[in-house]
Amino acid sequence: MKQSVSNRTMSAAIYSSLLLLGLVTLYPFWNSVVIAFNSGSDTSMGGVTFWPREFTLENFKIVLQDNRIIHSFIVSVLRTAIGTFLSIFFTSMFAYGMSKKNIVFKKYYMVFCVITMYFSGGLIPYFLLIRNLGMMNSIWVMIIPSIISVWNMIIFRTFFNELPDALEESATLDGCNAISTFFRIIVPVSGPVIATLSLFTAVYHWNDWFTATIFINKANLTPIQTLLQQILNSNIASEMLQQASGGNAAALEQLNRQQTITTKSLSMATMVVSTVPIMMVYPFLQKYFVKGVLVGSIKG
Amino acid sequence: MKSKAVSLVTNNPIKKKSVWSQFVRQWDTQIMIIPGIICVFIFSYAPMYGVLMAFKNYDLFKGFSASPWVGIKQFETFFHAPEFSYVLRNTLCISMLKLLIGFPAPIILALMLNEVRFMAFKRIIQTVTYLPHFLSWVIVSGFVVSMLATDNGSLNMLLQEVHLIQEPINWLSVPSYFWTILISTNVWKDVGFASIVYLAAIAGIDPQLFEAASIDGAGRFRQIFVITIPSILPVIIIFMILAIGNILNAGFDDILLLARNPILRNVSDVIDTYVYRVGVMNSRYSYATAVGLFKSLISVALLTFANRLARRSGNSLW
Repeated sequence: MKQSVSNRTMSAAIYSSLLLLGLVTLYPFWNSVVIAFNSGSDTSMGGVTFWPREFTLENFKIVLQDNRIIHSFIVSVLRTAIGTFLSIFFTSMFAYGMSKKNIVFKKYYMVFCVITMYFSGGLIPYFLLIRNLGMMNSIWVMIIPSIISVWNMIIFRTFFNELPDALEESATLDGCNAISTFFRIIVPVSGPVIATLSLFTAVYHWNDWFTATIFINKANLTPIQTLLQQILNSNIASEMLQQASGGNAAALEQLNRQQTITTKSLSMATMVVSTVPIMMVYPFLQKYFVKGVLVGSIKG
Repeated sequence: MKSKAVSLVTNNPIKKKSVWSQFVRQWDTQIMIIPGIICVFIFSYAPMYGVLMAFKNYDLFKGFSASPWVGIKQFETFFHAPEFSYVLRNTLCISMLKLLIGFPAPIILALMLNEVRFMAFKRIIQTVTYLPHFLSWVIVSGFVVSMLATDNGSLNMLLQEVHLIQEPINWLSVPSYFWTILISTNVWKDVGFASIVYLAAIAGIDPQLFEAASIDGAGRFRQIFVITIPSILPVIIIFMILAIGNILNAGFDDILLLARNPILRNVSDVIDTYVYRVGVMNSRYSYATAVGLFKSLISVALLTFANRLARRSGNSLW
């Protein structure tokens, strides 16, 4: 079929706008990486865009030798690992129970859960609850409240409902109760959905900065995203209003001790370091998330 | 429920089982469910009960139950507060803008991606545009600050290069630019990821429809309007309802992280950030709870309203 002129112009317009979108999306990443690899004093002269002008590893050396950053990185890794494991463990178990037939109170349990998807008490009652539970300044505040995700429970349940009944029946005949059926039969065949939801949960844990901002004020329990937020904050303040407040001034000064290193190049290097884990799981994420989003939206 | 219980009884003719003995017999399953229910109860329902604080004058030392009831005084204080007008305006305007621009953007992206015949190109664009969704707002705000910086921020450099501006502009400290920056950043972050659902909906359209349309003489451009968009309309409507129910969620992380400069407060403060500031930072717990409750009430009303509209078109949520 011969393409008409208008069709061809449309194609050209579509391809070029998509290309532009791709560039606009990629450029901030690329530019940050370039600045992180560029000498700070050179960056502040301006004009660093697509390629480092004075290549250096100095920024990364300082970032990777800074105790606070390393410590925060470890906190984030721990929190992500423990949080993801516990959340997937309890949520999938919960979902399996909810997927079984003839369970007393099942309907009420379900309504009980779904209500929380539409209503919440809001930030302040939640804040006071956590404080009254004595969970302030403990690593568990970043793990326990997010252990059960109703949304993930529904996705798991949908998956378990679609498994053939014969699988369970044979296990029951062999004398398994629900718990051993779950761990011996159901978990081994649920690889894809466990992988998908684990990845999403891990990304949530890695990226969450706000929980620690309000519930944690001990430096040795600050996750990397929260620390990065503090670094950027003091950076901006000094840059914009010269009102770098007391809280992070010491850390900033310590980072600033070498003249060739600027706060900008250091915060870029920290950003790059804290993004590396996301970049590493992104190929796996991409493999699974389309499926995850679709299951979610069908139920939603 | 009842009919199932009856069928169990017939399976087990020895004696009639009550709900409780049935519960005990299912201990293995119930024990998997109960921890989840307890967790939901503590972290979702306890705060709902805590909302009653909005009608009290919460005193940290007296505790929750001993604090005096004050009726709707906290709400009245909010309605008469000097912040009320701009907080409400910002909430409504920012979320309207997000809806107006952020909602159609992924649909347009999906329609455009669908027209791409060169598969490698399509896949690369998808991979690239999905990526920002997985970054935290901290990183994204870092990008924005770096791009818009006065000293060698890329935007200022570009605009100076093409002589649109003489001096670098401090974009993030001019109130009138803030909404544009906020909305563009949001679109930048989520347009790709949000397009997945629409792309999947488009992929589900029967190809015969397109063939029929093209035999009838519809060009590709026309097919988009007569076949593609009408076919994915149900999906669009469902997401529209969800978006309307969320209209008072103007954003939180993004605003908190992009509007660090207090100069911007008049244009950046929305209900959620205001609740955070007066509640967590200034410890006015009862007052902040009342403000939050005010927001939830309007949200529920909006969701019900949107759903009623949708039911009329046959696509309701519940």
